Amino acid sequence: MPHADPKAVLTGRHFLDGDHACSEGAIAAGCRVAFGYPITPSTEVVERLSQRLPQVGGFFIQMEDEIASSIAIQGAAWGGARVLTASSGPGMSLMMEHIGLAAMTETPCVFVNVQRAGPSTGLPTMTAQADIMQARWGSHGDYEVIALSPWSPQECFELTIKAFNLAERYRVPTLLMMDETVGHMVEKVEIPPAESIEIEPRRYTRLPPSEYLPYQPGPDLVPDMAPVGKGYRFHVTGLTHDERGYPVMTAEAQGKLIPRLVRKILDNANKICITDEHSLEDAEVVLVSFGITARIALYAVEAARRAGIRVGLLRPVTIWPFPEKRLREVLGRARAVVVPELNLGQLALEVERIVAGKVPVIRLNHAGGAVIDPEEILRTVKECGR
Amino acid sequence: MNEERNPVEAFLRMDRMPHIWCPGCGIGVVVNCFVRAVLEAKIDPDKLAVVSGIGCTGRIAGYIKLDSFHTTHGRAIPFATGLKMARPDLTVVVLSGDGDLVAIGGNHFIHAARRNVDIKVFCVNNFTYAMTGGQVAPTSPVHSLATTAPYGVFEEPFNLPYLADSTGAVYVARWTTYHVRQLSRAMNEALQKPGFSFIDIIAPCPTIFLRRNRLGDGLDTMRFYKENSRLENGADTRNVGLGLKGPIVVGKFVDRQRPTLGECMDQEYRAALGDKYVPYTTGA
Repeated sequence: MPHADPKAVLTGRHFLDGDHACSEGAIAAGCRVAFGYPITPSTEVVERLSQRLPQVGGFFIQMEDEIASSIAIQGAAWGGARVLTASSGPGMSLMMEHIGLAAMTETPCVFVNVQRAGPSTGLPTMTAQADIMQARWGSHGDYEVIALSPWSPQECFELTIKAFNLAERYRVPTLLMMDETVGHMVEKVEIPPAESIEIEPRRYTRLPPSEYLPYQPGPDLVPDMAPVGKGYRFHVTGLTHDERGYPVMTAEAQGKLIPRLVRKILDNANKICITDEHSLEDAEVVLVSFGITARIALYAVEAARRAGIRVGLLRPVTIWPFPEKRLREVLGRARAVVVPELNLGQLALEVERIVAGKVPVIRLNHAGGAVIDPEEILRTVKECGR
Repeated sequence: MNEERNPVEAFLRMDRMPHIWCPGCGIGVVVNCFVRAVLEAKIDPDKLAVVSGIGCTGRIAGYIKLDSFHTTHGRAIPFATGLKMARPDLTVVVLSGDGDLVAIGGNHFIHAARRNVDIKVFCVNNFTYAMTGGQVAPTSPVHSLATTAPYGVFEEPFNLPYLADSTGAVYVARWTTYHVRQLSRAMNEALQKPGFSFIDIIAPCPTIFLRRNRLGDGLDTMRFYKENSRLENGADTRNVGLGLKGPIVVGKFVDRQRPTLGECMDQEYRAALGDKYVPYTTGA
């Protein structure tokens, strides 16, 4: 696999917030084109890109709105660029149609959502994790995306690179689901040497134009792309289409295309999914938590362990597709599962589906605006572990 | 016997024929004029991309045999902006309808003109939302009938050349589908002119707009265009608004120079960053 450009990567130790770490991750991942629109708490992502990109062979353009940003990146993606846009709350809502377009046209692109409390204008400067279901199915119709959730500025850097690589590998819109707390948290970020950063190349076809079919999937269900401007003269449409990329308005064409778009993610879920696990080996109480809440939950795990309670943390780093297989595996000896999240119960729905009543699933929710009190998680764990 | 092929055919996805457009529709004429303009301008078709939005005209991208993108409703211009900025080596043309470009896409239209993005916007203006059955468009003439204005349109339409002119387009023209040579020549000029170019193409929609408004068929419309068009190159665009009964002021209204978005960006970065500036290069 090719590596990152050493002239662009700021190898070394830095003191960065999550938003800026995300920008550096994008640059390391080869992103040279970005479009965006200001919105708290994601603005710093594009501010840093606007400053850095012209120094590494790229550019940033602030568009007239989030709708324009979310499709300008797709025009640039078809032009061959690795692209990103970043937004939050209301801006993400405006981008949803184009997440659907990217899913339908299989356009590699990265959407960063630094989550704030909603709905509507909500709490613009305050944290939440309530866009988890929007990330999955916020656009109309059936489709699957990939969504990653970092819990530190270091991970904002690393998972942004991961998001670009997954977007290219599976030709799918990939979302980096940050939250305001992680986005504005300043910590040490270690940026490794460029040679150690792997870059997934664009899946360009090796076939000549006469033999190439734009939407003929490979064995992994992902079709190869054609470069624009090279005589392939291909067609890309948001309409239901066949292998030629031509619109076909039939139930049969729909029945062939849409299940493939879903299966190329779900059938490859075990390759895509990443988890981070703490003290699960003998856990009788399993905490399932992500992003900033997982970091708080880890405090509860450590405190409860000191009190002799067998508790562990399963952190889905990949939220979508959900690491279903791994959750099933760690359920082995569990007596209860606790799902703390900064929303009124979104990821819990998925956990409950997988646990399927085998053990109690306890929801621990907070409407956002502040993080969950670690003592509250500890209290819940202690009650379960009794 | 030597069969002579229509030169336009090589630019069409013949395996997709017949197309969906109605008899008498102006969109086919626009496609023809466009391909002839491309041939005249001697543009390498492999370096030419077409972007459309949604609607009858939006289907052009699906029939034209070039790298072609059929995007979402109203968003052809920002998609084209992304494509052009990432690939300055390509000529990027937006072919879409009036509802798509200036109603739902109106915000993108004015900002692309302001920025002088180097894209060519050819708008097929048939005064209605034809694909959805004939609803009011921001171009529908006052008193015309639409399914959502059964008693007559009561709001002032956009004067599109004035809109493009006042927001910064470097090339603005209007022709009807009767003026095939002039239209093709205008497209040729626009294709070769750097910057945001706009052509307002007045086109008949016999099935939806003409029939509901009892304006005859496609042929009657050609006669109407012929008799009611008034050539006025360099006209003050404030005075070229359209009514239901004509006249239609046609011609080239604006042809001026402004640096493009790409040029401005490059100059600004270069001046501010000096040696630190690393210009964008495509992987092409």
